[in-house]
Amino acid sequence: MKSFIKARDVKTIFNEKVIHDGINLDINKGEIYGLLGPSGCGKTTLLREMVMLQDFHGGSINILGHELDAIGHNEAQKLRREWGVLFQAGALFSSLSLRDNIALSLVEYTNLSQKMIDEIVEFKINLVGLKSSDASLFPSQISGGMKKKAALARALAMDPKLLFLDEPTSGLDPISARDFDSLILKLRELLGLTIVMVSHDLASICDTLDRVAIIDEKKIVYEGSLNNIENNNNKFIQMFFKGIS
Amino acid sequence: MKFSGEFTLYLINSYEKKLDKIDVTNIKSIEINLKDLVYFDTASSIFINSFIKKCETNGIKVDILTSNKDVLATLDLVKTSKKTSQQIPKVIKTTLLASIGKITYQYYIGLLAFMNFLGKLFVTKVYYLKSIKNIRFKEIAFEINESAIRALGIIALTSFLIGLVVAYQSAYQLKLYGANIFIVDMLGISMLRELAPLMTAIVIAGRSGSAFTAQIGAMKITQELDAMRTMGFDPYIFLVLPRIIALMIAMPILIFVADIMGVFGGIIVAYIDLGITPKLFIERFSEVVLAKHFFIGLLKGPFFAFMIASIAVYRGLMVKDDTQSIGYNTTKSVVESIFAVIICDAIFSILFTNMGI
Repeated sequence: MKSFIKARDVKTIFNEKVIHDGINLDINKGEIYGLLGPSGCGKTTLLREMVMLQDFHGGSINILGHELDAIGHNEAQKLRREWGVLFQAGALFSSLSLRDNIALSLVEYTNLSQKMIDEIVEFKINLVGLKSSDASLFPSQISGGMKKKAALARALAMDPKLLFLDEPTSGLDPISARDFDSLILKLRELLGLTIVMVSHDLASICDTLDRVAIIDEKKIVYEGSLNNIENNNNKFIQMFFKGIS
Repeated sequence: MKFSGEFTLYLINSYEKKLDKIDVTNIKSIEINLKDLVYFDTASSIFINSFIKKCETNGIKVDILTSNKDVLATLDLVKTSKKTSQQIPKVIKTTLLASIGKITYQYYIGLLAFMNFLGKLFVTKVYYLKSIKNIRFKEIAFEINESAIRALGIIALTSFLIGLVVAYQSAYQLKLYGANIFIVDMLGISMLRELAPLMTAIVIAGRSGSAFTAQIGAMKITQELDAMRTMGFDPYIFLVLPRIIALMIAMPILIFVADIMGVFGGIIVAYIDLGITPKLFIERFSEVVLAKHFFIGLLKGPFFAFMIASIAVYRGLMVKDDTQSIGYNTTKSVVESIFAVIICDAIFSILFTNMGI
C-alpha cells in the first residue's frame, strides 16, 4: 500500500519541555487513521505539525511526497489545496455565510463560473447532510453540530485527497456523534478519502478507525489495528480500552 | 467533646476558636462523640482529622465514638487521601531584582517579536506588489469604508470642537494685546500642521485600531486564522495588508476633513468673539498660511496610519488562546499606537523645523 503520510523521528520541544521524542508513523492511502492518547500527550500538536501550523524541532514529516521541513512557498500552497482540515469548533469564517465559507477556496483558486460554483456548493452541502436552505445562514446562527457539518463541507470543497479531523465528535450529542461517524465512513467510501483524526470518543474510535497510533510518554506506544489492542500492557491502553472486545 | 446535628464547613471556624481556648497540657485522653451527627462533610472531616493528629503528637489518647457508617467512611476518605496525596508546591516568591529582570526580558522579546512582524510584513508586501492580481481591492475598499468613512462624523465633530476651543482660548489672550487678526495665523498653522493630524490619529487609534485588534484576536481564538492558513490563505495578505493599506489611503482624507472643520470652528469664534468677518478671515488665511503647512499635515497621515494599523494588527496576532488576552491586547494596542504617533510627530516636528520647512 502507498503511504500518504510518513513521520520519522519527529521531535517537538516547547520552552524546554519535550512533547514528542522520536515519533514514527505511516498512514496509508484510503485509511481512517486515529491519533489517540491521554490529554496533553501532543496529539493535536502532531496534527498541527502535519498541516504546517506549527514547526517541529527534529526528524521529518512527509505528506503526499512533500518533505515539510524543506518545502517552498509555492509547493506548500499546492499541498494545502490537496487536504481539508476540520477544526474542533469548526472555525468557520464568522463574517461569511455558509455558502461563501464553502465557496471561498473555489472562488480564490479556480476560475469556475458563478453558476458552477453554486452547484458545487449545493452538492457539498447536501453531501454532509445540511439542507440547501441553510446556505445563506451565518455561522453564529447555527448549532454546534451544523457548524461541524458546514466546516466539513468547506474542508471537502476542493475535493481533497486527505482529510484531517480534530476531535470531530467532541461537543456533539451521542446521536449526532454517531451520525457524524457514519457520515465519515460514507465519505471515505464515496470519495476514497484518507482520513486522519484525533479523537477521545471511544464509540467513534471503534466504529470508524482502521488503524490507530497511541501516543504516551512522548512516544508512539502502539501502532496498528484495534483488534488485539487490549493485549498491550501500556497503562493508558489498558485503562482506555478496558471495556471493549 | 460532643458534636451533634449537621457539621459543615460553615461551623468549623467557631469550633476552632473554642478548641483553641482549651488548655490541652493536662488532658490525658479525649473522647470525640460523633454519634448524634446527622451530616458530616469532608471539610469538617479534615478539621477533626488534623485535630486528632495534633492531640496524638502531644501524647493525648483520642477515641472516636460513632457507629454511623457514613461518618466513618468520610473520615477514612480524608485519612487515606492525606497519605497518598502530595502537597501542592508553594508559589515561589521572586525578588524585586528578579522581577525587574523578567519584565525587561519580556519587553526585549516583545520588541524582537514586533521586528519579526515588520519583517514578515515587508516580505509579504514585496510578494503582494509582484503582481496586480494579488492586490485585494475588495478587502481594501471594505476596510476604507469600515474604518475611515464611518469615522468621518466623529472626526469632523472632534476637530470642529478643538478648533473652537483653541480659537476661544487664544482670542482672550490676543484681545489683551489688540492683536485680534493674528488669530488667523495662529489657528491656521497650528490646526493644519499639528492639531488636525494628531487628533485624527488619536481618534482613529481609539476607534479603528482597537477594532482591528479585537477582530483579529477573536479570529485567532476561534481558530479562523488557523483555518485560513491550512486552506492556503495567508492572513497577512487577506487580513493584515488590506487593513494597513486602507488606513494609509484614508488617513490623509480624514486629516483634510479635520482641517476644514477645525478652521471652520476658528472662523465662528473669530466672528463672534473678535469681530473678524469670515471674508476677512479667509483673505488673511490665504495670505499668511502657506500651503506647505497643509501638505506637511497631510504627509504625516500615511505614517501615522502605518503606525496605528501595524501596531493594532500585531497586537491582534499576539492574542493568546484566552478571552482575557483580547482585552489586554486591545488596551495595549490603543496605548502603544497613540504613543507611537506622538513620538513620530515629535520626530517630524524636529526634522521639518531643522530643514527649514
